[in-house]
Amino acid sequence: MKEKNWKEIPLGGLILEAGNAEEYETGSWRTYRPIRNEEKCTHCLLCWVYCPDSSIIVEEAKIKEFDYGHCKGCGICSAQCPVNAIEMVEETKFNSKKEGGE
Amino acid sequence: MGKILGLTGDEVAAEAMRQINPDVLPAYPITPQTEIVQKFSQFVADGLVSTEMVRVESEHSAMSACIGASASGARAMTATSANGLALMWEICYIAASYRLPIVMPLVNRALSGPINIHCDHSDSMGARDSGWIQLYSENCQEVYDNLIQAIRIAESEEVLLPAMVTLDGFIISHAMERVEILEDEEVKRFIGEYRNPHSLLDINNPVTYGPLDLYDYYFEHKRQQIEAMEKVGKVIEKVGKEFGEISGRSYDLMERYQLEGADLVIVAAGSTAGTVKTVVNQLREKGVKAGLLKIRAFRPFPTEEIVQVLKNAEAVAVLDRSVSFGAQGGPLFLEIRSALFEEKKRPPVVNYIYGLGGRDIGIEEIETVYKNLERIADSKKTEELVGYLGLRE
Repeated sequence: MKEKNWKEIPLGGLILEAGNAEEYETGSWRTYRPIRNEEKCTHCLLCWVYCPDSSIIVEEAKIKEFDYGHCKGCGICSAQCPVNAIEMVEETKFNSKKEGGE
Repeated sequence: MGKILGLTGDEVAAEAMRQINPDVLPAYPITPQTEIVQKFSQFVADGLVSTEMVRVESEHSAMSACIGASASGARAMTATSANGLALMWEICYIAASYRLPIVMPLVNRALSGPINIHCDHSDSMGARDSGWIQLYSENCQEVYDNLIQAIRIAESEEVLLPAMVTLDGFIISHAMERVEILEDEEVKRFIGEYRNPHSLLDINNPVTYGPLDLYDYYFEHKRQQIEAMEKVGKVIEKVGKEFGEISGRSYDLMERYQLEGADLVIVAAGSTAGTVKTVVNQLREKGVKAGLLKIRAFRPFPTEEIVQVLKNAEAVAVLDRSVSFGAQGGPLFLEIRSALFEEKKRPPVVNYIYGLGGRDIGIEEIETVYKNLERIADSKKTEELVGYLGLRE
């Protein structure tokens, strides 16, 4: 993305469009990756309620997946899960490069 | 027409604020600003203003609340002095960078320590790089006039910067003078309404204030602030003329007092300018071509206009009521001297630090300065670059 000059941006550092946090991928900040146990999960959606980064993807009232592009690995989902269905696993255990941008 | 009253600087500041009738006024008391807030809270209690007054727990909170209010589209004001300004320092920079036109009377008082409650300009001069407009006042009338104009200047669409109007602690803030007050309706018409195009309360047009701004855009936002400051000078001139039309008192970036053909010029800001005028009058009667350049706008600093009036002088003395420790001289001196640097023919410029912590300055000290200027003009030699007036050596 071409960066704009000082005449092209809103004054005072304001952001005038809503919802643009999505454009900033924070997945690479993660040290622990949440892994959901499909068999234990009751789809109560508490994790979806608590996730501060909207990184629990739900379809038709069921947990579908994590948005690893934005999940910072804070572990709130794991901590509040009533059936211990979410385990936080060290990123180094995964061979693949971390998902997410900067 | 309005009315003529006997009011102190603090009282007249409160009177101006009653007429401005800000939507929100968060404030914390500090000597010698206390009477402003005390009197204003009486106006609130008596139902003379519709202001939401917030009694905050510190100046840091006062300025923070101003920011919240101003970002929400409210006209916000507060008032402070010295250590109070120091405590809101962090938030002052934020107010300027968010481009919120908060207006604040600052009752000049020496910064601690040792603790002192009397006048010098160390508080406002320390905040000179915060991005606030600074207007200095010579007397009670100017406090009133400057506050009303500051609203228009700060809220001007091409500006959108906060502004502080200074008044010398005790010397102006607690001294009663004759002041001309405009009609309430006239002030209301003159200042108009504050419209924030990006109000936090406009749910149909959501906006984020204060997001993280790193190496990719911070620099550009600072450049915007520089640009805004560069436009302030013209706005000050325009508002000063318009204010003259309703009050009979026009204002410029500075006051040129007997500067026409003046050889010996003193540059001063605040109440001392009044003392200098007395000495200028006496010297003019004796045929000495003495003059005074009174600084009104220190931020933005009107470089070009100042060069025009100073370049043909024989000798110039800059009076600073604050110190910049380790610098070549006081803050005003540094600006004046630097402004003249581009001129091929320029007068010698010396500096006098005076009045720290409220140390009195009288006619005798000012006379000494003009005598020294006469000697410098005759000999073409600057003996001492920085001197101290009224100090026991």
